[in-house]
Amino acid sequence: MTDMIATLSTKKENRLGKVLEHASGDKRFKILEAHMKKHQFKHDALIEVLHKAQELFGFLEEDLLLFIAHKLKLPASRVYGVATFYHFFTLKPKGQHTCVVCMGTACYVKGADKVLAAIEEKTGIKAGETTEDNQLSLLTARCIGACGIAPAVVYDGTVTPRQTPQTALDRVKGWTSHGN
Amino acid sequence: MVIDDLIEIAEKEKAARKPCVVRCCMAAGCMSSNSQGVKEALDRAVKAAGLEDRVEVRGVGCMKLCCQGPLVQIDQEAPGATVEVQTIGKGPLYEKVTPESAASLIETIKGGSTDVSAADPQHPFFTQQFSIVLANSGIVDPERIESYIAAEGYHALHDVLREMTPKEVVDALIKSGLRGRGGAGYPTGLKWATVAKTASAQKYVICNADEGDPGAFMDRSVLESDPHAVLEGMAIAAHAVGASQGFIYVRAEYPLAISRLQTAIKQAKQLGLLGSGIFESPFNFSIDLRIGAGAFVCGEETALMASVEGKRGTPRPRPPFPAESGLYNSPTLINNVETFANVPAIIRKGADWFAGIGTEKSKGTKVFALAGKITNTGLIEVPMGTPLRKIVEEMGGGAPDGGTIKAVQTGGPSGGCIPAAALDTPVDYDSLTKLGSIMGSGGMIVMDETTRMVDVARFFMEFCMDESCGKCIPCRAGTVQMHHLLAKILERKATLRDLQKLEELCDMVRSTSLCGLGQTAPNPVLSTLRYFRQEYLDLLREDALGPGANGHSSRTTTPAPQPAGGN
Repeated sequence: MTDMIATLSTKKENRLGKVLEHASGDKRFKILEAHMKKHQFKHDALIEVLHKAQELFGFLEEDLLLFIAHKLKLPASRVYGVATFYHFFTLKPKGQHTCVVCMGTACYVKGADKVLAAIEEKTGIKAGETTEDNQLSLLTARCIGACGIAPAVVYDGTVTPRQTPQTALDRVKGWTSHGN
Repeated sequence: MVIDDLIEIAEKEKAARKPCVVRCCMAAGCMSSNSQGVKEALDRAVKAAGLEDRVEVRGVGCMKLCCQGPLVQIDQEAPGATVEVQTIGKGPLYEKVTPESAASLIETIKGGSTDVSAADPQHPFFTQQFSIVLANSGIVDPERIESYIAAEGYHALHDVLREMTPKEVVDALIKSGLRGRGGAGYPTGLKWATVAKTASAQKYVICNADEGDPGAFMDRSVLESDPHAVLEGMAIAAHAVGASQGFIYVRAEYPLAISRLQTAIKQAKQLGLLGSGIFESPFNFSIDLRIGAGAFVCGEETALMASVEGKRGTPRPRPPFPAESGLYNSPTLINNVETFANVPAIIRKGADWFAGIGTEKSKGTKVFALAGKITNTGLIEVPMGTPLRKIVEEMGGGAPDGGTIKAVQTGGPSGGCIPAAALDTPVDYDSLTKLGSIMGSGGMIVMDETTRMVDVARFFMEFCMDESCGKCIPCRAGTVQMHHLLAKILERKATLRDLQKLEELCDMVRSTSLCGLGQTAPNPVLSTLRYFRQEYLDLLREDALGPGANGHSSRTTTPAPQPAGGN
């Protein structure tokens, strides 16, 4: 993000012009703009717009944030501030597959920490990171509200109940190049 | 829409009922065990057996015993009769149903048998429940408004709009004794009265569905199982306080709840139960959804409102309270999901009926999410004042595999650990506060003897440290230091001086933080220190206590709970 901060202080680079040029060739920006229009470009729709942007692009890259700031007529600092405040928004690309280990209290007392440790050891990445081959992103959640079936892990959006280190490793096997 | 239309919808729905209703749980817990596949298999089996005329397969909300999902219940009446709402839920409740075993359940309707085990309906888990908020959960189809209307849904809204003045509604709420179910327990009626008497052209009603406490899933279940009850409660509140716009702030982590709410709002709009001139009265009310983006602090009301406005979710000092100046600086009523879900029943059955349930200062029921080291995990709703022992030992069936219960954690990161010695405490707002915990939103995590309490304290402190919004220094820096000290204790590197420092910090952070997050962040540490101090002492450095003092203590780890502690 140092890039972005630098841009804000050095206007003459015409970063915005480049962003808009980049946007004109990508259909997803049009969809995003239509979404902003639906919200009448209101400032309070910022979080909704960021949700949509992340849904379309997978993550929130700098150009995208600058584009949103420009269209909603908000300072880039405000957009960046909101995007980095909330855990749900990610400024880095995610891997092909995601594995979210719930670390809520119920899952934790039932051994979610061991499940996470097993996956971390197998994949060689820590929670919050993505494997080098971009295949797997390992994440943790605060609580997905599936406490009745703890410990729960979400594999590519599918909540899976009662996980053990073994079932988890079986599941992520094949998602990583050195995972077999 | 007039009352006759409502009655007609209800009658039509009732007339369409079949003698046999097969209900399949379609809430998030069971769906993650493939209840979708089970429902499809049930549909196919009914078709294959040619029973379409007699049997209805209905997707419903949470059937409570989450650990045994997917759950399917079959109710049938003698030929010619139909299954009424009142008698539903008496048939066998089948557990861990698979798509493969689903067909055998349909066989039982024709007198066949099945290998699938059924829950014992006489188990205290079911018999001790008292349903107000969850009355429709597992009974009505949450994706069809007609199903809710047939269960007397939106009748209370009609009565309120056509027969009661806003003041009468507020008075009824005050009389009912309902207190906020989000955790703090502020009297709901008083809150409504404050918003009602604040003069303003624009007022708002907000439903706080940002259920952030780890280990709590009551609100998620209510939204997934009976979304219309929440909408109706909000509309009644809006009429009482004079608001025309409502927002539901719901976590992005609950996609199913979001989609059910979207469906419910759409259906209510189509029937004119939301919108303008509801029930041909001058009352207008619309509800919009706001999806959270993963910030625990947004459960705090002023932070939540900042988030609805599209800003960083940081709290601000109160006063002014939201009731006077809240969302967009207008008077705002903000209540929790479960609070709103209580409202239609209070109007329908009367404030006196509600006030007759529970204890002197805590009226009605409370929904708890029972989880952790306990045999029966799931949702329970019990009258206020029910002893904790009854909940965890009788209803929950105690610790699994012969373990012993060591403590019960309530209130999430803002709450505390109640030791097993205090299990006879009645569960109400004041008793739990006296024990150094809080009622909280209703998460109840059971811990057994393998759970290390210092580790639990560190777990919650890590949570608060990560979730601190950073606006005020005591919380931002204090949680980091407390986490550091707890980690040091767990690494067996701490001294008595560190422990003392930890206690001082707890006091400082609690007294000086801006919002509830920081003010309550020390609670898990304080309550474990209070009841399990020996576990902390045992982890101190070998030389910390002087020779022979460490690890040879005969002190009990669980002193009897003291009445009225530091709170």
